[in-house]
Amino acid sequence: MRRGTRAMGERTWSMPNGTRAARMLPALSTAVLLGACLVMAAPFLWMAATSLMGQLEVFSSRGILPAAPLWSNYPEALTAQPFRRYFLNSLIFSVAVVAGQIVTATTAGYAFARIDFPGRQKVFMLFLATMMVPVVIVLIPRFLLIDALGWIDTYQGLISTELVSVWGIFLMRQYFRTLPRELEDAARVDGAGPFRVFLGVALPLAKPAVATLALFAFIDAWKNLLWPLLATRSMEMRVVEVGIAAFHSTYEINWPYQMAAGVVAVLPIALLFLFTQRYFVRGIQLEGIR
Amino acid sequence: MTPAPRGVTLRGVEKRFGAVTAVAAADLEVRPGELMALVGPSGCGKSTLLRLIAGLEEPDGGEVLIGERPVNDVAPGDRDVAMVFQSYALYPHMTVAGNLGFGLRVRGTNRAEIEERVDRTARVLGLQDLLSRRPGQLSGGQQQRVALGRAMVRDPGVFLFDEPLSNLDAGLRLRTRDEIAALHRRLGTTMIFVTHDQTEALSLGQRVAVMDQGRILQVGTPDAIYRQPANLFVATFVGSPPINRLRLSREADGSLTGGPFRFAPERPLDAATLAVRPEDLAIAPQGPQPDITPAVRQPDSTATVLRIEALGSEQRVHLDGPADAAWVVRASPSVRVSPGDPVHISVAWERTHLFGPDGSRMGPAPRPIHLLRDT
Repeated sequence: MRRGTRAMGERTWSMPNGTRAARMLPALSTAVLLGACLVMAAPFLWMAATSLMGQLEVFSSRGILPAAPLWSNYPEALTAQPFRRYFLNSLIFSVAVVAGQIVTATTAGYAFARIDFPGRQKVFMLFLATMMVPVVIVLIPRFLLIDALGWIDTYQGLISTELVSVWGIFLMRQYFRTLPRELEDAARVDGAGPFRVFLGVALPLAKPAVATLALFAFIDAWKNLLWPLLATRSMEMRVVEVGIAAFHSTYEINWPYQMAAGVVAVLPIALLFLFTQRYFVRGIQLEGIR
Repeated sequence: MTPAPRGVTLRGVEKRFGAVTAVAAADLEVRPGELMALVGPSGCGKSTLLRLIAGLEEPDGGEVLIGERPVNDVAPGDRDVAMVFQSYALYPHMTVAGNLGFGLRVRGTNRAEIEERVDRTARVLGLQDLLSRRPGQLSGGQQQRVALGRAMVRDPGVFLFDEPLSNLDAGLRLRTRDEIAALHRRLGTTMIFVTHDQTEALSLGQRVAVMDQGRILQVGTPDAIYRQPANLFVATFVGSPPINRLRLSREADGSLTGGPFRFAPERPLDAATLAVRPEDLAIAPQGPQPDITPAVRQPDSTATVLRIEALGSEQRVHLDGPADAAWVVRASPSVRVSPGDPVHISVAWERTHLFGPDGSRMGPAPRPIHLLRDT
């Protein structure tokens, strides 16, 4: 019934089911989502605003927006330390980790999904159990390991212990399990051996999951601070995150420089996210639903 | 050049999945160049048997031979077999040409030969214009042809078909069935065709193997399977409409009775089942001129017409009898009956079947001793 024709005294709750609620729901959910977006975006906006302030302005109480944007903070921050080198190191580290995790996660995930071997389920559960161990717990053993190998402050030391991701293995296993077995059977009858079946049929069909894995692995590696901080010492081996943290010393903190470097460091990830949102969503679905 | 066809032999092949026996001591001999149809209800083990031949499952016992060669320990790709799957199992990331040539590429065939064989196969199946398309861009019928082509392109010694027609609509299924038969005639290759559709099995197979609960119950020509079923399951499973049955029980004098019929069996039986195909019965309306239909000269029983399926070339008359059975008669459209009409039934006794208590066939039923009419 239309609002204008409603009889006087008729109660709202006596209207046909859900009419009012149906009108309210989109507005309500938009408001909630906007609020959530604001909460999520606020730190980034604050970081961007701070990156354009002077040293003293950061601590003034006049507001969170800069009075006169200091764009010079950006070139000054990026030349205060060898950020070009840091970015290169971050790129080498992230790309190597992505490549390594794709190799280990796809092969191990396929084995857990498709190859029958004794104790498969138990080994897989053991792998999963390691996801419950906090990252910081294994930092020291990892450090001791690369130290024993003489790999401190080297690329191999920085990269090697990041090459396996249990989350990635889990993601790939779940995806491989969704592929129709008949495709692999057909390839076997066509004469393909196990590795050819994996490379020629299963892996190409798992491209969406591999893309998701690559994206998450890249972002994780790019924003990793703790491990590169431990595994590297020289400025030549530093990654961007460690360089940003270096603006924060015992006696001095240069917030505008740190925030300016932070904004630049976030840009590649933000761009990546803009173009690959669907893979993020798919990754979360694969991890969460199955 | 098409290679010489190979036979397939199964000797006591068994396959278990946990506590479930999928295939139990299967013995089967498929002759070189033969088209063997493997038929049975869902879950009877026929697809597992095909996968055992293909090498996609390992037998728990027995031996599989392709040609003269035992292949239990031979990889699927080295068995000289090709398989067409129910879902077609086309590689979705490859074009039609890629799908057709995959098996050849895996075997290291040179590029020129792959192209030549893919083109030749595509011409035979009318796929020339589709070679650059992906499976997702094809209709069900086209996908089926690609699956067939992928099997053909390698010139295998044995073709295995795992219910390849079940995803097609009725018209396309009939056409594809004819094409497979024509392909078999042209290639002369050994083919094993799995289906749950008994009409498909009888129309396509040179011989038919009927399976149930993991066992091969009977192997024979379609006519033998239909006319001389080895047991009650085969008799009931094969034929549409299904064979008519009547339970017979033993009387004190040793005779077997059921409804209006009484028989003197050659040897004492506690119970038996009389079975008769719908086309081996004749009916005529009761009334002042019972002999209006020449086929019913000596009525054996009576019943009432329940309903009629008029199919044009024939009519299927459903009866509420004899006794508590509900028989179906395949009659000529010239037989004039209507629902509710009382009719005489005449049985072609020489074409009936008598099955013992364990379901095995004992031969045709003897002529009844006394005809108990109007029961």
